[in-house]
Amino acid sequence: MSDAPETSSELSGNSLLYLDGVTVSFDGFKALNALSLILEPGEMRAVIGPNGAGKTTMMDVITGRTRPDTGRVVFGDDIDLTRLDEPAIARLGIGRKFQRPTVFEPLSVHDNLLLSLAGDRSPRFALWAKETPTERDRLEELLATIRLVDDRDRPAADLSHGQKQWLEIGMLLAQEPRLLLVDEPVAGMSDAETEETAELLREINRTRSVVVVEHDMAFVRALGVKVTVLHEGSVLAEGSIDAIQSDPRVVEVYLGR
Amino acid sequence: MLRDKLTIVTLGCILGGALLLAALNLLTPGASAAHVPDFVISLVGKYLCYAILALAIDLVWGYAGILTLGHGAFFALGGYCMGMYMMREIGARGVYANPILPDFMVFIGWKELPWYWQGFNHFWFALPMMMLVPGVLALAFGWFAFRSRVSGVYLSIITQALTYALMLAFFRNDMGFGGNNGMTDFKDIAGIPLNSETSSAGLMVISALVLAAAFLIARGMTRSRFGKVLIAVRDAESRTRFLGYRPESYKLVVWVVSAVIAGIGGALYVPQVGIINPSEFAPGNSIEAVIWVAVGGRGTLTGAILGAVLVNLGKTWLTSALPEVWLFAIGGLFILVTLFLPRGIIGLFAARSATAPAEAQPGAAAAKSAAREIAG
Repeated sequence: MSDAPETSSELSGNSLLYLDGVTVSFDGFKALNALSLILEPGEMRAVIGPNGAGKTTMMDVITGRTRPDTGRVVFGDDIDLTRLDEPAIARLGIGRKFQRPTVFEPLSVHDNLLLSLAGDRSPRFALWAKETPTERDRLEELLATIRLVDDRDRPAADLSHGQKQWLEIGMLLAQEPRLLLVDEPVAGMSDAETEETAELLREINRTRSVVVVEHDMAFVRALGVKVTVLHEGSVLAEGSIDAIQSDPRVVEVYLGR
Repeated sequence: MLRDKLTIVTLGCILGGALLLAALNLLTPGASAAHVPDFVISLVGKYLCYAILALAIDLVWGYAGILTLGHGAFFALGGYCMGMYMMREIGARGVYANPILPDFMVFIGWKELPWYWQGFNHFWFALPMMMLVPGVLALAFGWFAFRSRVSGVYLSIITQALTYALMLAFFRNDMGFGGNNGMTDFKDIAGIPLNSETSSAGLMVISALVLAAAFLIARGMTRSRFGKVLIAVRDAESRTRFLGYRPESYKLVVWVVSAVIAGIGGALYVPQVGIINPSEFAPGNSIEAVIWVAVGGRGTLTGAILGAVLVNLGKTWLTSALPEVWLFAIGGLFILVTLFLPRGIIGLFAARSATAPAEAQPGAAAAKSAAREIAG
């Protein structure tokens, strides 16, 4: 249950995240089937695939919500994620954004961000914690990034849908993650918002690695990054969006037989 | 700002009210119109103990979302520890004049004091026990329940089972706690006779002081970063895990603190009512206490205290005026409050409390955000 020490993968130059032969089955159904995937440090990767391809299960395995039956999930040099639970993995620097924005509604925007700031997560610390000047500066920065400076004292419940999405992104940034997992960030968004979100993800990618799970091909094209196609729990194809879209196997999976 | 004013008003009412009543009881002649009779003092003392229990429940239910239906167990355990101390204080003045064994043990033919009664003749030993016994039980219970991620209605059911099991256990004579009859005929506490006017006023004032202290501790906890995490856990537990928090450890801390507060309430209750028996563990008691909190306003602390006092005032009046109506009245009250007053009595006064549970105000928030969406 203890936190594994942070190790720097930048020095080794190897992978940031390495999934090797990961299999997860639910009642005989293989949600993931010997899935292998390598993510370089600093990389942004788009993961696509039809419904039931295993995209969400893959996220669940990386963040510790689901334990694989077999296979290895290695973060950085040698941290085995399959032996850690969600809080421990989050503290290692893996942030996750869900499809539906989940913020703490009764708490103010400021408090939502404050609770997300990287730091001690123990009850003992939280009981006596006072907001430090460093924390205050960091909060100011984040509020500016997510354009909620004037809304800092409002309960998150009062924000619009779009503002909640931004607040949640702010909360993820506050965690200072090394890897950000983003689940269908543009579902239900207008074209303008989709474009803005792609821009934001590219900006985040300057300092952090990102994995985006998405249905929207136009959005994936706008990201302009390497694409992994999942099908029936394993990798069907990998490459640029153009290569993927002209791959006959991918076309078959997407257009049906 | 309002909530700070509310804190001052709450403390003022508890302490000012208790001191005023005590003064009017002790310093005015019995015939005076301003005289407060003794039965009022002991009633108020009782209400204050209920308020301590309600505060404990609000801490876990209002802020951590743990709907406990068994908090009466911690209250009763604190009460039993106090009862054991006062039984031993009786000493040779009991019916059987046994200097060591309480009457009920002589009656069932026991010759020796069981090991778990050792030490209870000392107040300095009994006092920490009143907090330790409920606290340790809560620690064990919470450790298993929260780590196994038992929550919601399942947790409520096992808290109910906990208090029911304890009730059945304490009914048994060979448990050594007086069985069905429990413990009574207390003579004095820390050398002060219980049947005097001063002692009932004194116990009432002490209850008020303890309530005020518990209120300040609960307020401090809920307003700290710890309290904010609790609210986050209450409304979106899985999100807190992905932020790196362990909800189970936060729940465990607040659960144990709450049980200790409830235990102290029970310990103060027993000398004021003069008896402790297994019916204090009855599941109905715990449910009634949850209703006090709902009536006053969940997640507000002040509401819990207000609800406990008001509902019990009503109970005292109704059970003497129309005793057969009481159960229907409390059931009806719970339904009415749930339907029409989801934020309790406090909700009527406070325009908007940032810490009130989200589900208590979905209508308002949804309407507001819908209006904003339309307005662009």
